[in-house]
Amino acid sequence: MVADVKERQGFAGIVLPSLRGATGPLIGLIVLCLFLTFATDKFLSVRNFLNVLDQITVLGVMAVGMTMVILIGGIDLAVGSVMALAMMVLGYLNVVAGVPMALAIPLALAAAALNGLIAGLLITRFNVPAFIATLAMMSITRGLANMITDGQQIIGFPAWFNMMAIVRFGGFLTLTVAVMIVVFIVGLLYQRYRHGGRVLYAIGGNAEVARLAGINVQRATVLVYVVCSFLAGLSGMVLAARLDSVQPSSGVSYELDAIAAVVIGGTSLSGGTGGIGGTIIGVLIIGVLRNGLNLLSVSPFMQQVIIGAVIVLAVTAETYRKRKS
Amino acid sequence: MTNRSPILSLRGIQKSYGPVKVLHGVDLDIYPGEVVALLGENGAGKSTLSNIISGTVQPSAGEMAWLGKPYSPADPRAAMDEGVGMIHQELKLLPKLSIAENVFVGRYPMKSGRLDRGAMEERARAGLQRLGLDVSPDRLVEGLSTGRQQLIEIAKALTLNARLLILDEPTAALGGEETQALFRQIERLKSEGVGIIYISHRLEEIRQITDRIVVMRDGAKVQEFGTGDVPIRTIVEAMVGRSLERMFPTLPVPTDEVTLEVRGLSSPSKSFSDINFSVRRGEVFGIAGLMGAGRTELVRAITGADPISSGDVLLHGKPVTPRSPIDAIRNGIVLVPEDRKLQGVVLDHSIAENIGYANLGEISRNGWVSSRRIREFAEDYIKRFGVKGRGGQNAGELSGGNQQKVVLAKWLARKPQVVVLDEPTRGIDVGARSSIYDLIVDLARVGVAVIVVSSDLEEVLGVSSRIMVMAQGKQAGILNREDANDVSVMELATI
Repeated sequence: MVADVKERQGFAGIVLPSLRGATGPLIGLIVLCLFLTFATDKFLSVRNFLNVLDQITVLGVMAVGMTMVILIGGIDLAVGSVMALAMMVLGYLNVVAGVPMALAIPLALAAAALNGLIAGLLITRFNVPAFIATLAMMSITRGLANMITDGQQIIGFPAWFNMMAIVRFGGFLTLTVAVMIVVFIVGLLYQRYRHGGRVLYAIGGNAEVARLAGINVQRATVLVYVVCSFLAGLSGMVLAARLDSVQPSSGVSYELDAIAAVVIGGTSLSGGTGGIGGTIIGVLIIGVLRNGLNLLSVSPFMQQVIIGAVIVLAVTAETYRKRKS
Repeated sequence: MTNRSPILSLRGIQKSYGPVKVLHGVDLDIYPGEVVALLGENGAGKSTLSNIISGTVQPSAGEMAWLGKPYSPADPRAAMDEGVGMIHQELKLLPKLSIAENVFVGRYPMKSGRLDRGAMEERARAGLQRLGLDVSPDRLVEGLSTGRQQLIEIAKALTLNARLLILDEPTAALGGEETQALFRQIERLKSEGVGIIYISHRLEEIRQITDRIVVMRDGAKVQEFGTGDVPIRTIVEAMVGRSLERMFPTLPVPTDEVTLEVRGLSSPSKSFSDINFSVRRGEVFGIAGLMGAGRTELVRAITGADPISSGDVLLHGKPVTPRSPIDAIRNGIVLVPEDRKLQGVVLDHSIAENIGYANLGEISRNGWVSSRRIREFAEDYIKRFGVKGRGGQNAGELSGGNQQKVVLAKWLARKPQVVVLDEPTRGIDVGARSSIYDLIVDLARVGVAVIVVSSDLEEVLGVSSRIMVMAQGKQAGILNREDANDVSVMELATI
């Protein structure tokens, strides 16, 4: 319990300074938590909090990459499919071809990153709009993922793989949650304190100003799509561990959930403002909302309606606040 | 002046936004067949006044009369119906539609519930002919030159039977040829009895075309000249409200050491070819010419922003021909671009961030940076350049002059050897320009080789030691300061 509190403070210590522009979503998250605390008797417990963390791992890892893409004024519609492809590559290599996990995981991640490289080059070298380039990649990678097993799922991973998502080390962290937290922290630090991260804001603010200021816009753009696809692959590893199986239909419309988390977190779709701090809040809002609605036994269909309403609410509130100031 | 009755008369027009009064009772008469120049610095109230006349904004007090009858248009539509045509600075044409469709957009001629394409093209053709424009009305607007698009806007106003035209900076994007063509059409409209309100920052052309000059300052009419032929200095003094002792600082004497040399430079798009010149340490080198002469393309190529097909750029005798802005910046050759808002600053990012973007390498240690460090770095330059703003403030909130200082500051932190300024005072108030000129000359004084591109003749003449004149992508000649005046420059520019 003590470790738990300490961990949360450490986490908040990094999140809070990068909340510029995300105070609105943070207030929303707090209000939501307060409401659920009083509306249900199960919400406020360590056990439930850990459940929420477990449930947001896939979305969380993916949304960090999406934030960087949206920050430079781009979009990546392929992440859901790339995730499925990475999972199928992992399954094929390990279960069918007998490649050990220690090698199969890096290869699956490399396959994912390769998709980002192709998308990035299409966008920068051939001037294909990001929306079209990643729409095409979405279709291609989904098809490839299905081709590996002709649409069949793969099971039979080593037992420890699934344990990564189940065993709570120190009674607290599953390895999958730890992966997400590491991605959050590295993403935050990179975006706020690294040369390469600050440059993303300049590109999203005005790509021509950035180019004339001596920033290598093309290289940074390709890199961002590679990282986004790599993280989509990593979220695929997390999901594979949680499900203990892989299937090519995984991750359909996950790209839209990731975009929703980024937008709820206050990053502008036109680029240049926002950041990973806000996205973490956005991911938590979606996670807490789903968890809370389940606790309140709201039907899954109604949940979709409510999440849609929250997106509208978050964005209009932000726009309204900006206009007033 | 004339005994005819005015088309439009304004009496005591006031406008307030909340507690802020932007117009303090303006009187103005426009007679048929005259061109009245409306001049003033940014924020003097010109746009508010023309928006009131064109029905976009409602006055808080005062009266307007149109052809002797009370006039109070509720919206632009009502003003149009009366015969007021407003042509905005940014063209508002739909590129993918035909000329005829653009002319009649929103008020298509109909016949039994269907679009009467024949009548539409016929009437559009008549409007185009009246302006001496020889294009087919069914052609798409896309691909027409800016000058022709401008004329189509005017044709659009004329098919409304406009008696009064308001032209807001119509020549801002026009070349010399196109400007002259526009002026011929304005003369023609005058002779047909159309009244014209002409807003422009180009004072030379005001003298050429207007019959009367009205100068506004701080929301009031401060002076009126009954003729267009007024010395520019007199107009400027009326605009800024004080006498200008000194617009341009004295130039330092350049050294003999050549910093930058350009040899046989050509562009792949042929926008300039075979350009040769050199700039010495501590020299301000001006580049003059008409719009479309290839000046911007040339300096963008020198600074790596645009491609080069052949030729060399040498720095201290060593070839440094850049392939990208990164190359040029690494060699200390930097550009303050023509369009501040689209190329110079990120408007919705802070001043500190804007300065930081060009200096992240310097600010970061092993690739690590923080907002605090960027802020500290920027504050220093903000102070040194007298930027009126705080580091955390968005660049978009600054005046044009202060934005330009931010663009300069971001480069000067890198101690460049060559600074290229393209239209350094475009859109900047006359009163604020002299501080930009001071900065330019200060650069030369500390040994930088400076290149200034400008369409404003007085400006190039005022700050340059030597002036290269370009015409149609070629270098027409290089004039020494002693030989350069508006006549000699214009002679070369119009070859």
